[in-house]
Amino acid sequence: MIKFSKQQLKIPQMSKPVYLVTGGMSKFDRAIPEKRTEELVIDAFLEAAEFIKKSPEELKSYIHSCYYGHFADHFGDQLLGEAVIHDRLGLDPLGNVGIKTGGATGGSTIWEAYKAVASGYSDTVLAMGWERMDEVPTDEGNHYIASAADKDWETPMGHIYTGYYAVMAQKYWQVFGKEEESFRRTLAEIAVKNKGYARMNPHAQSPMKITVEDVLNSPIVAHPLRALDCCLMSVGASCVILADEKTAYELTDNPLLLYSSAGSHTLRVADRRDMDIPLLPNESPDQYKDLGKRFPGGDRYPGFTGFLAARMAAYYAYGMAGIVDPNEDLDIVELHDAFTISDIQTYEDIGIRPYGEGRTYVESGECYHTNPFTGKPGKLPANLSGGLIGNMHAVGATGIMQVVEVAQHIWGRWGEMHADEAKWKRFNRVKPDDWTNLQVVGAKRGLAISHAGVGSHVTATVLMHPDHQLERRG
Amino acid sequence: MSVENRGKVRVENGRYRVTGNFHYAYPNDPIRDETGKLLGVTNPADMTHIHAYGGEAPFFENLSKGKLLATKCANPKCDAHNSIFIPYRIHCPDCLTRCEQIDITKLAQKGASVHTFMITERTGAFNTLDKPIRFVNVEFEGVSTILMGYLSVGEPRIGMKVIPIFQTKNPTYTIMDLSWVPQGTNEADLPEGFSF
Repeated sequence: MIKFSKQQLKIPQMSKPVYLVTGGMSKFDRAIPEKRTEELVIDAFLEAAEFIKKSPEELKSYIHSCYYGHFADHFGDQLLGEAVIHDRLGLDPLGNVGIKTGGATGGSTIWEAYKAVASGYSDTVLAMGWERMDEVPTDEGNHYIASAADKDWETPMGHIYTGYYAVMAQKYWQVFGKEEESFRRTLAEIAVKNKGYARMNPHAQSPMKITVEDVLNSPIVAHPLRALDCCLMSVGASCVILADEKTAYELTDNPLLLYSSAGSHTLRVADRRDMDIPLLPNESPDQYKDLGKRFPGGDRYPGFTGFLAARMAAYYAYGMAGIVDPNEDLDIVELHDAFTISDIQTYEDIGIRPYGEGRTYVESGECYHTNPFTGKPGKLPANLSGGLIGNMHAVGATGIMQVVEVAQHIWGRWGEMHADEAKWKRFNRVKPDDWTNLQVVGAKRGLAISHAGVGSHVTATVLMHPDHQLERRG
Repeated sequence: MSVENRGKVRVENGRYRVTGNFHYAYPNDPIRDETGKLLGVTNPADMTHIHAYGGEAPFFENLSKGKLLATKCANPKCDAHNSIFIPYRIHCPDCLTRCEQIDITKLAQKGASVHTFMITERTGAFNTLDKPIRFVNVEFEGVSTILMGYLSVGEPRIGMKVIPIFQTKNPTYTIMDLSWVPQGTNEADLPEGFSF
């Protein structure tokens, strides 16, 4: 589909507002051989209950239906793993369903849970995601992940999903990055930032104090991407509880409004057809007329350089939440930094920067907690959790982790949840001497983007303090 | 256990007829830590799946005959009328009518161009390509999609003219029977089993 009907561009209108009540996360790591998946899931649930000072029994008594994000059954060699988890959480005989949309599984799980509350089916729901990618060696894991590409047309070629994405990276690198050394360094800055922020996160799998040179000297994966440009392969779980207004205020005095949307595009990048760029509210119709002149080769949209699914998810979510300019209306974002270059592509897809100019978000310093050039707070900090590069990519849990992290900033409790000495000790991790509270002071609204592979599925979840609502558009 | 007599499949009267072994059972092993504490077990699995190509079967069959097939929307009422698709699509993605099959071998042999590419040393399990792998995404004149493939000769660059080669000797009947080489490549330089 390359043209949209009026019906397809409708901004979703839910029957009732939906609130985020609480959320929790387990430890994330490359391997956790001492725990079964159900133990990680229960760790996340217990943290969510404790966060609002409820016992697990009390919190469970509110749950009416459950949404489980778990991408890759074959990693754990267990079909219907959702039923196992549901039973171990003691939530039978409530209805539950498994959700699988590749790397966007966590975000899609929230999307489904959101609709269940918004429709009135349930007053309170559990959205829980997990993945355990440690039960096969890495090359078999790569094969399994590559099975998420087209099994006849792509997977036989190398059985390496990174490769199917890397052709997009190469195109972006040549067209919009113009193969400039300065652009390559900007990519490296993203890895330095996210690995560095992961140092402040006790949950994080890959905290590292590194330099741009470390990234540029790390082993090459697929030019121009190097090992430190790439996301992690992780084990862990995360969850959120969503509720309608009445129930949310029964459970906590500080719930957050939540809006969730989704977009999609072809599984095979090969199948993408040329189309006009759908515009976001902070863009103008003439804005991209000379894109191909400014960036030769960049006139094909979405081509191999843009993620239409991300743009559509942002279009719907911004309309629902009343966001006009994400730079002005949002205070914090968690983006799907599967690779440093895809992070930059996403800045453009969701309107933080125009197409072709994503790098300036990093180069301006506004994506940092503290702008390194001005010493003032970054205008729109990104991935303070460490993201997929520094924190984790336990696929089914990732999009949910992002929402929990954003919410903790808006609740003003990020420091509390990341400083806790007992948690660092429980996770067998050493809190750094220079631990810094990355709380975004005064955060009112935030966004999480959950993204599958080469862009087949993307979700956008907006969180907003109820005292700082915007006017819905459309 | 020997993996001889690995499973084979035929279709007779519209049904799969299988012979041989489709799975092999192996004993598991305990997983212990340094202290000897039991943490889990290995679960060996060796099995063969069966997969139907359905309406795409002509594409894979014809690679072994040195032909590159695509499809075209032949519905004059559709916005995508005359759009050419490769990867081969059985149905038009817009109107969902069954597409018309077309042979684009000559179009490809005139010279397709590399839209983008990547080179990687990393692969997953079951990879059969020599490393590094040079992926190329190939653009054809008048075709609305961009086909993914692999380059067998030379180093890729964006805009490079390439032509298809086909594994006509001992074909696998998979996408691996199609590869690409720079325009002007000599037949003697092609990989074993491939021809123009």
